[in-house]
Amino acid sequence: MAEKSKTTARFVWDDPLLLDDQLTVEERMVRDSARAYCQERLMPRIQTAFREESTDPAIFREFGALGLLGVTIDGYGCAGLNYVCYGLIAREVERVDSGYRSMMSVQSSLVMHPIHAFGTDALRERFLPGLASGEKIGCFGLTEPNHGSDPGSMESRAVRVPGGYRLTGTKRWITNSPIADVFVVWVKTADDGIIRGFVLEKGMEGLSAPKIEGKFSLRASVTGDIVMDDVFVPEENRLPGVEGLKGPFSCLNSARYGIAWGALGAAEFCWHAARQYTLDRQQFGRPLAANQLIQRKLADMQTEIALGLQGCLRLGRMKDEGKAAPEITSIMKRNSCGKALDIARMARDMHGGNGIVDDYHVIRHVLNLETVNTYEGTHDIHALILGRAQTGIAAFGG
Amino acid sequence: MKILVTAKRVTDPDSKIQLKPDRSGINLDNVDFKMNPFCEIAVEEALRLIDAAGDGETIAVAVGDSDATKEIRTAMAMGCDRGILVEADETQLDSDAVARVLAAICAKEKPDLVLLGKQAIDGDSNQVGQLLAEYLGWPQATFAYKISLNGTSGATVQREVDGGVETVSLTFPAVITTDLRLNEPRYASLPGIMKAKKKPLEETTAADLGVDLALKVESVGFEPPPARQAGVKVKTVDELIEKLAGEAKVI
Repeated sequence: MAEKSKTTARFVWDDPLLLDDQLTVEERMVRDSARAYCQERLMPRIQTAFREESTDPAIFREFGALGLLGVTIDGYGCAGLNYVCYGLIAREVERVDSGYRSMMSVQSSLVMHPIHAFGTDALRERFLPGLASGEKIGCFGLTEPNHGSDPGSMESRAVRVPGGYRLTGTKRWITNSPIADVFVVWVKTADDGIIRGFVLEKGMEGLSAPKIEGKFSLRASVTGDIVMDDVFVPEENRLPGVEGLKGPFSCLNSARYGIAWGALGAAEFCWHAARQYTLDRQQFGRPLAANQLIQRKLADMQTEIALGLQGCLRLGRMKDEGKAAPEITSIMKRNSCGKALDIARMARDMHGGNGIVDDYHVIRHVLNLETVNTYEGTHDIHALILGRAQTGIAAFGG
Repeated sequence: MKILVTAKRVTDPDSKIQLKPDRSGINLDNVDFKMNPFCEIAVEEALRLIDAAGDGETIAVAVGDSDATKEIRTAMAMGCDRGILVEADETQLDSDAVARVLAAICAKEKPDLVLLGKQAIDGDSNQVGQLLAEYLGWPQATFAYKISLNGTSGATVQREVDGGVETVSLTFPAVITTDLRLNEPRYASLPGIMKAKKKPLEETTAADLGVDLALKVESVGFEPPPARQAGVKVKTVDELIEKLAGEAKVI
């Protein structure tokens, strides 16, 4: 012991708690493969994609070829990896752009997961292989124009008719919807008011998905509405395995876990960029990084990211062991997004005037993280979930 | 057809390395490692050649400590059928020792072709392929930028040489080393990584193979390049010419 305490271990500034040592060989291989693809293939495209607000559907096929879609599902062309791997992938994709990570999370957690968990064998066989390869693009409809944090009061309805249902209503803020082939939609059945899941397909009569214009965030990932005007959906397209809000919430729980890792990937990019920029940029005859104000910011970024990643890894391990309560995902999603947004804003500030130009990428992360902090449960809503979980008092309603 | 391919573990080319305080070597604590990029090209080419041949086996080999299983697993995740790790202290190896280990494996495995990176990006020695061909007495083609099979009996290899391309033909068994422009290696897919877990990885030692690892070449010291000196501003053209001639001695 005495011998050990004498050795001075080297400090790894960008991985102070040696997260790398906590991963298995396979987990590191998955991380390395995802990182190589993201840095070599996605990073060179993002500046133009964001600037021109263009979503490249080919990216889904590239994700699919690499096996990045539905990674936790076993079979149907999916890799069958653990949740830690899913988190590591989200971190690498979002290190490039939150929009790309959104495209992947929606397909994996919000479309493939419910079809796998709540669908019939026939539905799985029909949809999962195409979604896994990226040949088919999926979207998820829960939020409505007048019902965001409170999805339980949704207005969309399904009316039972011979052979199936007729669906009417509008869903809003739907990632991928304008280019989607497969729509997992949650609506209430009119006769009993119970929320049920349906799988809709592009081309169904009365189904449209107009794009939402004017987004200043996640511009590489298209967002739209889902408009259902008396759309006939056959009985076999219903997800029979679940009813009530626990259906969509189980999807969101999985996606939020990915966001918890992903947001920290974006934060890491901003931190590293700010460090390098302030080391290189000379003012008053010395690097900006020589200033105490800068060093304090870098120390804050390093601390929050290192601690946040440890929390994400712990949550991933708990999910893999089947003992993660959803509240823990609320802790990590809320913490990662809030901290990542702070870090991105700080990094933008440290870049001075250059920080507002997309050449330096941090402004893009700032804009993206405004969404990431808001969607899939806002920072405040997750606080209320955690408040309820420790006081027993729900503060959501009046 | 059977192809043996190397998957050497090297320090990540994107990471900054530091010398040990006594300058006896590189400080390898907390440094990231990757497969040598030229070996990745060799692995990719092996997989493509087997595809072109329609049938066969690829075996990924590394000589190094047990952490090098990650690079072998990566090669298997890309598609190699099995792996061999020859456990050895990586800091106590020279090109000749590695070539003799590979020769012993070839004696056992009898591959039709050995594909290696032309050099590893850490040591930059560019020797193992050539030494191996010599020890085996096999034909070799180095710096391959295009390889096409002549049935299963040999290959035609194009090599980039100064100012042009040389085309050579060789019969199997043979040794080919890969250059940068031969191909663009695939990424290890996630299902591939899962499949690689189940592929056989044999661990052996130089002693088991009957190879003596006594070094012929020993590294005696490392020096970092001299720190760059700050530039100077000159006021006149005459001063510039004087400095270029007198100090920099470039004109």
